[in-house]
Amino acid sequence: MRQFFSTILIGITLGSIYSLMALALVLVWRSTRVVNFAQAGQAIFSTYIGYEMMVRTGNFWFSLLIAIIIGSLLGAGVEYFFMRTLFKHADDGPVAALAPVIATLGLLGVIRSVVGMIWGNEYRSFASPVPTDNFVVAGATIPFSRLNVLVIVGAALVMIAFSIIFQRTNLGLALRASAFQPEIARLAGIRVGPIRTIGWTFAGGAGAVAGVLVTPNDILSPNSLDTLLVFGFVAAVIGGLESLPGAVVGGMVLGIGIAFILNYVSTTLIFPAVFVVLLLSLVIKPNGIFGSKKVRHA
Amino acid sequence: MTALLINKLTVDHGAIRALSDVSFEVPEGKLAAVIGSNGAGKTTLLRTLSGLKSPTSGTARWNDRSMVGVKPEDLVRRGISHVSEGKSVIPELTVKENLLVGGLWRNDKSDTAQAINEVVELFPRLGERMSQSANTLSGGERQMLAIGRALVSRPKLLLLDEPSLGLAPLIIEQIFTAINDLRKRLNMTVVLVEQNAISALEIADIGVILNLGELVASGPAQDLMNDPALRSAYLGY
Repeated sequence: MRQFFSTILIGITLGSIYSLMALALVLVWRSTRVVNFAQAGQAIFSTYIGYEMMVRTGNFWFSLLIAIIIGSLLGAGVEYFFMRTLFKHADDGPVAALAPVIATLGLLGVIRSVVGMIWGNEYRSFASPVPTDNFVVAGATIPFSRLNVLVIVGAALVMIAFSIIFQRTNLGLALRASAFQPEIARLAGIRVGPIRTIGWTFAGGAGAVAGVLVTPNDILSPNSLDTLLVFGFVAAVIGGLESLPGAVVGGMVLGIGIAFILNYVSTTLIFPAVFVVLLLSLVIKPNGIFGSKKVRHA
Repeated sequence: MTALLINKLTVDHGAIRALSDVSFEVPEGKLAAVIGSNGAGKTTLLRTLSGLKSPTSGTARWNDRSMVGVKPEDLVRRGISHVSEGKSVIPELTVKENLLVGGLWRNDKSDTAQAINEVVELFPRLGERMSQSANTLSGGERQMLAIGRALVSRPKLLLLDEPSLGLAPLIIEQIFTAINDLRKRLNMTVVLVEQNAISALEIADIGVILNLGELVASGPAQDLMNDPALRSAYLGY
């Protein structure tokens, strides 16, 4: 029973990180209808900035803040300077559908290379801001530490903040309107361009939080967040790709599922299992758990 | 006073000429019905007036300021609202959120709330469905919501693209009555694009008939309705 609860706790920790990455992907998808494969690159760049700040100041919280700021600015920059130009020149035909996918994949490669040139390709790490000793409950050690608690709380705070912004503020309403029906939003007076940039800014910030929170539990290298991108994407698809709560639920389902496979089956089966889950979810619920239903045509 | 002045407006969709040298005027507070069959260029005309489409040549002026090359979101700030074809609502949002979207740019919460109350007075069925997703509304209710969203932005010029499309005759009558009452009460200028020629011309001051992108006739709506040649060729009776 103890192992069961430990597995759930580990699953929630993993799920929190996957949810954050899924959230970042959903934010971009909703604002511009682009699956942003460069998200892992943006997150790794801001995580390295966090690492650099840690090396220079030794202050995790300050480093996290700077990483979030840089991640947000990078997100805004990618949308403003890169995606807008792309959409301006490829706005029609099959190229328009494919170009953003190819472009973000290319951008991922470029950012990784830049990171490799600046910081090198060797593995790095940075220290946890809280003790990483596992908790002892009723005399027994469970594989769950204060760092895990920090990851869960950090991810939860980001999700609550986004939830409030999207559901309770005019900015959130403008973001949703622009994402769902950009033409109607423009005809209602919303400046869709800047609103989209804000969506990418939020996504960049969320990716930075995911990168910095996951690194004390892991190693840091130019490719170290690639798995997170894949799992985040799977979580976003399970959740419906459109929905912020869906991203969180998708992340949790995936995180807990992976924790059970890790603890009860085999570590080598994680990737096949994740893709089996993805295929099953697409077959059973193609629109995802929280995906939008078909629009009624009255 | 002429509020909307369209002069030799020409619009191309790639190699296809959608509008050719179209000119007409609409005085302030008047309703112009733009009539024509599919492919006449009616929707292109409205999309050009609301900034969604750039003309190849010609001018369009609203209150003596050019509308050409101005973004839709900036035209909204000049008092121009466009309800596009096909019940232009955001299905994923609730009825209340759709109405709120119309007032977001004004940043005046109290007047937006007041404008929403006025819309609900005009279309009480929307008031009963404020927290419902727009996706659950009937076609007529969606059209009411689309017009309501436009009204929340307090427009001076309302561009309506086929509000009767796919609706039952009773609902069409309700919507046309509401449009007519509104423009009289608010002294709003309206350009109403319609295939439903008779209903539109009955409430219009001015009629504009388009065919294959060219202006066939324009003038007092009553005169157009009484012209036997136009009636048989373009108005269908």
